Amino acid sequence: MSRVGRQTFVYDNPVEIASHVSYVGPKEGKGPLAKWFDVVLEDDLMGQKSWELAESHMLTQCVEQAEAEAGLAKGSAQAFLSGDLNDQIIASSFAARAMQLPFLGLYGACSTFVQALVVGGALISGGFLETALCAASSHFCTAERQFRFPLELGNQRPPAAHWTTTAAGCAAIRAGKSKGGLRLECGTIGRVVDLNITDANNMGAAMAPAVCDCIARHLEDTGRAPEDYDIIATGDLGWVGRNILMELFHRRGLKMPDEVLVDCGASMFYKEQDAHAGGSGCGCIASVSCGMIMKRLEAGEWNRALMVGSGAMLSPTSSMQAQSIPGIAYAVAVGRNE
Amino acid sequence: MSQRDNRKVVEYQKLVSQMTPNSRMLQGCVRAFWVGGLICCLGQAITMLGESLNLTIATTPMFTSSVLIFLGTTLTGIGVYDRIGKYAGAGSIVPITGFANSIAAPAIEFRREGLVMGVGAKLFQLAGPVLVYGISSSVVVGIFYWMIRKWIV
Repeated sequence: MSRVGRQTFVYDNPVEIASHVSYVGPKEGKGPLAKWFDVVLEDDLMGQKSWELAESHMLTQCVEQAEAEAGLAKGSAQAFLSGDLNDQIIASSFAARAMQLPFLGLYGACSTFVQALVVGGALISGGFLETALCAASSHFCTAERQFRFPLELGNQRPPAAHWTTTAAGCAAIRAGKSKGGLRLECGTIGRVVDLNITDANNMGAAMAPAVCDCIARHLEDTGRAPEDYDIIATGDLGWVGRNILMELFHRRGLKMPDEVLVDCGASMFYKEQDAHAGGSGCGCIASVSCGMIMKRLEAGEWNRALMVGSGAMLSPTSSMQAQSIPGIAYAVAVGRNE
Repeated sequence: MSQRDNRKVVEYQKLVSQMTPNSRMLQGCVRAFWVGGLICCLGQAITMLGESLNLTIATTPMFTSSVLIFLGTTLTGIGVYDRIGKYAGAGSIVPITGFANSIAAPAIEFRREGLVMGVGAKLFQLAGPVLVYGISSSVVVGIFYWMIRKWIV
């Protein structure tokens, strides 16, 4: 276990991804990435009494499935690292209550899944744990009522607005190295960057500078180039934020090949699905990573991926008090063992 | 904030405003105009219906409002009004049906938090500011009118 540069952990003692499971809601299940998700829910209330309980239930099922697929007995994982967008991360803590696992609640807004992998990887590589479940979830209906308006209100969204994805993703990680398995190589802790964007309907613009900073730091710390990755997947910048990010790279003098940089949010929905700039939420990069990215790495289609979670650290209170939106990003590199 | 940071912020704001797509103003205005106009025509039709039912001049507007509020609330309840609002924007927000929608929507949304702190407290979440400033400004205008009425009548 060691650190390179200023912000990057290198997981010298090998950490591998034992299993990965993704759950998405009905709308996401009709999007371009539908075939990669493990479970597409038919009903996003899942027979629960409230949207918050539905999100927690979705997360619980996702994590339990990942635990089982990793070959662990139910409730035997040594730690559960998770977060979500609800006030005081109740979806995760209620899931932790249901599963009775040792729980580390995290908050990195929509970057939480990658944050969980960075921290979980460090705990395992450092020898403190042998197994951990890293997860995150989001739900359109819980986010909407907390951050925006009641669902039935007739209003319009601006073109740069996002659509919170109903999704959860969980990766079970463990110490060790098996042939052909996926390996966590290194993780970069981002800095909070704020260039004074106050428009909560333009989260892509609020997060793009933090993502740019995190990726640049990661490449500098590790001495890698964008070409060393088959895919660099950003979390939920959407179309607007992705275009801004490409321009920021250009201005910084960093050559980022257009086909390498994929935004999970921008890829989540078809244009006709009316999600405007694209999907957002913790579940966005969580489900796309545990779905498409890890499956394609396993299949040998790709050799190495960089997942970059992006988070907008605002709250309804800070928005109303006209504070600008601080952005955060975390990056984790995943490769395949020989 | 240092001068360098300040310049960075200004440059970034410029980039963002260049790269952020704007709403389609003309399309929005056209849609708001015809849907809003249609709702007003509907209101007029209800008023005429009221008159044909021999309602008085005082009760006809109340009849019209009640029917429009009933329609707005019902369409909210069955999940149609949010689609109209998405299409028509201000065209469906400004008329009385929009006001009904802004009260019914939080009532549905916050039912799970209970009748007192949920529905009761959140019912005017969106309509509250309209009432506060609508009533306050009408009081101000009323006082102003009282002061100058000698000269204008």
